[in-house]
Amino acid sequence: MTNSSQDKAPLLDVNCLSVDYGLKGVSLRAIDRVSFALQAGEAVGLVGESGSGKTTTAMAIAGLLSPNARVSSGEVRYRGSRLPIDDDAAMRPHRWCETSVVFQGAMNALNPVHRIIKQIAEPCMLKLGMSRGEATARARELLGLVGIPTDRGSAYPHELSGGMRQRVMIAMALACRPSIVIGDEPTTALDVITQAQILKLLGELRSRLSLALILITHDLSVVAECCDRVMIMYAGRIVEDGTVAEIFAQPKHPYTRLLIESIPNPASGKKMIRPIPGDPPNLVNRPSGCAFHPRCPSAMGVCGTEVPSLDQFGRGRVACHLHRSSRGDKVAVHA
Amino acid sequence: MSGGGAGRHIGRILIRAIVTILMVAVLNFILFRVIPGDPAALLLGGARTSVTAEQMEAQRQNWGLDRPLFPDQMVDYLTATLQGDFGYSFKFRGRHVAELILERLPATVVLVGLAQFVAILCGVMLGLYAGWRRGGAIDHIVTGASLALYSTPSFWLGMLLVVTFSTALGWLPGYGAYSPGATIGSLDSLLDHLRHLALPVTAVALGLIGQYVVVARAAMSDVVTEDYMVTARAKGLTNGQMLVRHAFRNAMLPVVTLITLNLGYVVAGAITVEAVFAWPGIGGLTVEALNARDYPVLQGIFLLLGASIVVANLIADLAYGLLDPRVRQ
Repeated sequence: MTNSSQDKAPLLDVNCLSVDYGLKGVSLRAIDRVSFALQAGEAVGLVGESGSGKTTTAMAIAGLLSPNARVSSGEVRYRGSRLPIDDDAAMRPHRWCETSVVFQGAMNALNPVHRIIKQIAEPCMLKLGMSRGEATARARELLGLVGIPTDRGSAYPHELSGGMRQRVMIAMALACRPSIVIGDEPTTALDVITQAQILKLLGELRSRLSLALILITHDLSVVAECCDRVMIMYAGRIVEDGTVAEIFAQPKHPYTRLLIESIPNPASGKKMIRPIPGDPPNLVNRPSGCAFHPRCPSAMGVCGTEVPSLDQFGRGRVACHLHRSSRGDKVAVHA
Repeated sequence: MSGGGAGRHIGRILIRAIVTILMVAVLNFILFRVIPGDPAALLLGGARTSVTAEQMEAQRQNWGLDRPLFPDQMVDYLTATLQGDFGYSFKFRGRHVAELILERLPATVVLVGLAQFVAILCGVMLGLYAGWRRGGAIDHIVTGASLALYSTPSFWLGMLLVVTFSTALGWLPGYGAYSPGATIGSLDSLLDHLRHLALPVTAVALGLIGQYVVVARAAMSDVVTEDYMVTARAKGLTNGQMLVRHAFRNAMLPVVTLITLNLGYVVAGAITVEAVFAWPGIGGLTVEALNARDYPVLQGIFLLLGASIVVANLIADLAYGLLDPRVRQ
């Protein structure tokens, strides 16, 4: 990944980013030295369970960290220049124009008292300086783009179905022609058929507008459907990073393997889903060494004492002692 | 969401209001008939005066009290009420209840209306600001002071104001609406009236401000945690734009309900505060009527209070429909 991208600067470069939350005097590390690069037009899935840091990572990139969050190390670079992600006011001009977010529109992400056309037109007026007329025309165009009849623009959010609201959310995210769209669980709370339609729409728009897509989800099957690459997060760290094809065929990290095995697959003939044993990690009293070691079926002595670094492994990256010892040969095999 | 839907919504609200007012009238009738005491005896001057049985009987026949309560007397009451005839006062002999109420109404509307205006302006702004900056120093001060004011009886506040600004400092008059001997209508009398209004308006407004602050703050602090506020921030809006374009209208929904409901009390008056300041309004009339057992006047005031609260509810429903598209179907 890094090798192939050295010739051109990545669209987005997250470098050793750590974010802490202050909670009543206790400082809690939500993400720990997260590093990755995103190329223009690339679709990356960010997968992990609740509290794994996937949302904090995405919100940091979008400059939407909450006031009690503190960037304790690292930086985010967009087209080579550093983003002021810890400065709310300085971040404002970057928002929506460079990175926009598709929230769970099916829930409450749209303002209930404004017509949807107004909500889509709003960033065009405020961020792009369009007149009301221009902005409304642009909003109509965007509604067409996401497959909503333009005469529905005068509807209020509560008059639309969950799928339609999600389309409105996507139209809104595209308003200022951003180069990165973050989908924050964009299909959660939608039925399976609508979910498939929304994912298809996101995929189409991505190739049509050459968008980079960061998809936050806890659902690996969503990633399989519309991402090129996937990053698995656990307890605030990236534990594995690779192409979708590689990760599904040959997961390196035991956590990734268990995640894939826990997907119900009727075709395989397995009757039972296999849940991952143990509980999600406590971020206040983080386990020593590799945070996954108390639940890991392949844990060794070193796993409880030494934090594995996220190292290049084949064409991807993995943070696991299992692959560390034998890295030399494996790389040779893959290369 | 069609025009028909909105029309039906308004129609339903109107019918509900009319039915409620009728029920208020019926209850009002029953309430005053179950109060112990014979109205005929009261009319003849109470138990102290000696009257013959014939005189009592004549009085009963004269006022229709010999006929059964249900349905005769009730039908009489309802038809008379619908025609705007609320009967005669016991205390102010020969005067119509409606006339007495109308005479006292302007003073109350001025007092409570002004107090509401001040309270809405200050209370809603302070409350919305405290909710927007919740947890900040201003929030703590405003919320603390509001809770204290909200839980303080306004007549007691009124007494404190009188003791301080009227008795001790002598800055402002402590009772009545005009100084004795004032020629009503001149500029001097207007200034005199305003000076008389200052303390009672402050007493009523202080009690109301707390209420508005508490409701506006709660509404605003709910709104700032809503997902659509995160969306607004993600869109790169400034704090001011987020407040004006997204938070304000949503936070105003419960506040508008409270404002319109309180409008009902503009008519009914602030009984205790009017009593403290000897204010010649509906509240004062209520106290006088209570002391004199002037049931027809009380009955009229109760009906007015009931009806104005129902109408205020009606306005609240309609206003809510205008502000919130979700209730319009």
